[in-house]
Amino acid sequence: MLKRYNISQDIIVLAILLFIAPFFFQNDFIYEIAIVSLLNALICVGLNMLMGYAGQVSLGHGAFAGLGGYIAVILSSNYGISPLFSIFIAIVTMAIFAFIISKPILKLRGHYLAMATLGVGIIISIVLNVEDELTGGSDGMSVDSFSVFGYEFTDSLQWYILCAVLLIFTIWMFKNLINSPFGRVLKSIEGSQKAANSVGINVSHYKSVVFVISVVIATLAGSLYAFFSGFISPSEASFSHSIELVVMVVLGGLGRVYGAIIGAVILTILPQLLTSFEDYQTLIYGAIIIFVMMFMPKGIASLFDDIKRRLFAQNK
Amino acid sequence: MLKINNITKQFGGIKAVDDFSFRVKKGHIHSIIGPNGAGKTTLVNMITGVYKTDNGTIFLDGADITNISTDKLVHRGICRTFQNLEICENMTVLENVLLGFDKYMDKSLLKSCFRAKSILEDEIRYKDRAIHLLGLIGLEKVAHQKAENLSYGILKKLEIVRALGTSPELILLDEPVAGLNPKETKEVSDLIKTVVADEVTIVLVEHDMKMVMDISDYITVMNFGKKLAQGIPSEIVNNKDVIRAYLGNGVVC
Repeated sequence: MLKRYNISQDIIVLAILLFIAPFFFQNDFIYEIAIVSLLNALICVGLNMLMGYAGQVSLGHGAFAGLGGYIAVILSSNYGISPLFSIFIAIVTMAIFAFIISKPILKLRGHYLAMATLGVGIIISIVLNVEDELTGGSDGMSVDSFSVFGYEFTDSLQWYILCAVLLIFTIWMFKNLINSPFGRVLKSIEGSQKAANSVGINVSHYKSVVFVISVVIATLAGSLYAFFSGFISPSEASFSHSIELVVMVVLGGLGRVYGAIIGAVILTILPQLLTSFEDYQTLIYGAIIIFVMMFMPKGIASLFDDIKRRLFAQNK
Repeated sequence: MLKINNITKQFGGIKAVDDFSFRVKKGHIHSIIGPNGAGKTTLVNMITGVYKTDNGTIFLDGADITNISTDKLVHRGICRTFQNLEICENMTVLENVLLGFDKYMDKSLLKSCFRAKSILEDEIRYKDRAIHLLGLIGLEKVAHQKAENLSYGILKKLEIVRALGTSPELILLDEPVAGLNPKETKEVSDLIKTVVADEVTIVLVEHDMKMVMDISDYITVMNFGKKLAQGIPSEIVNNKDVIRAYLGNGVVC
């Protein structure tokens, strides 16, 4: 369990799945859905650390991802800074922003915290809409192509590999973090802040740190998405996107490493599968979510526990 | 060791703790008793930095610790348990005890992300010590169970053991045996005695008089935020003011 690099079976399985998947992708549209799934999964991994482990809800992560994306895009398109460096600046800026707002906001708990993050998210979304000189307003703005040290990302497979590698690497770090004393501190904040405090943990500091981590991951995914799609609009930072991300994490399974990924992939693919229902699409989408939450309140990831338990029970 | 001078805490118009002073000697079990609402828990909360004092000073070994926050006090050797259980139920029993060793552990982000060797070694070292602590209360067997599955009595003891992980010089126990049966109460008082044998000082807030009289070296009695009496157990038992505070102002036969 305490092996040096902790490359466990599940990460290898994930890597194999992600490697095999492109062989079944027939066209660019499917690639696009796959890439968006991966980027959503990336944001959800960070959001899951905040919500599922530290127990702090955020209804603003769509907005943080969007704002981060805008910063990167504006720097590279308007000021000619290289995409990689502009993403780096966006990450640093958003980290500082997240740290500053985390101090007052994360003093709140439960519903009040949800309200506060919601408020910040909506403000960001309004600013992006109104500052049209910089952001192009509600029409959005087009984004230059993405290149790293002269190597251009043009074809979908390149993007897919980039996102897949990033996701695997993030999950590996995430698992290491969760299984370290740092992870235990996060769990204790969810379990009992008083208890954490009573053993010498500066709760507000760790809340800020985990908040910053999740915003940094969201910024990275948000800016990559903008570069990938070649276009960014305030809808990336909208309230509904933030809600979607929270639903992904909860539906997949709060506090489960792979729950967030399962949720992100399913909820990104589902609307596409349901397009044939036309007018009833949203209705069916909602019904499926309600159904899943009723029968699997601990998320889809808990389904695998049940299967595992039954398999073991039979073996005995 | 602990010196409290004239501390006051006011909630609205009510003085929960009113110009209260007392001293705790090193290695003592110092009990604070008093009727419900006397201000005992408020006093504990003030000593441990949960509430700011309106007035007065608190000294630990000559150093002023008035209004220092709870988490910083742990690094100075003061730890506490809670009247209403504060256990992380989402974690295993072992993890809860490991949490007690938190102040010794390296939690730097980069090292944690990349599983630095020092972090892995820490984890193994403190796991051994945590299991040793669990052994004190005979809980090694349930080490890997989720805390939420265990009984109230076990969790009460777990809280004390978690506090021991911080290697405190002073532990404040806020009603450690409230709601426990006689057998469990006996186990907790035995645990407290073992702890004191290691030169840890204990401030005990408790309603179980049998236990208090049994293990205390010194007792302070509180009523309406003020000191009513102090002394060794045999003095307190016979103190008329104390009897009146507990039993009312009737005719003593």
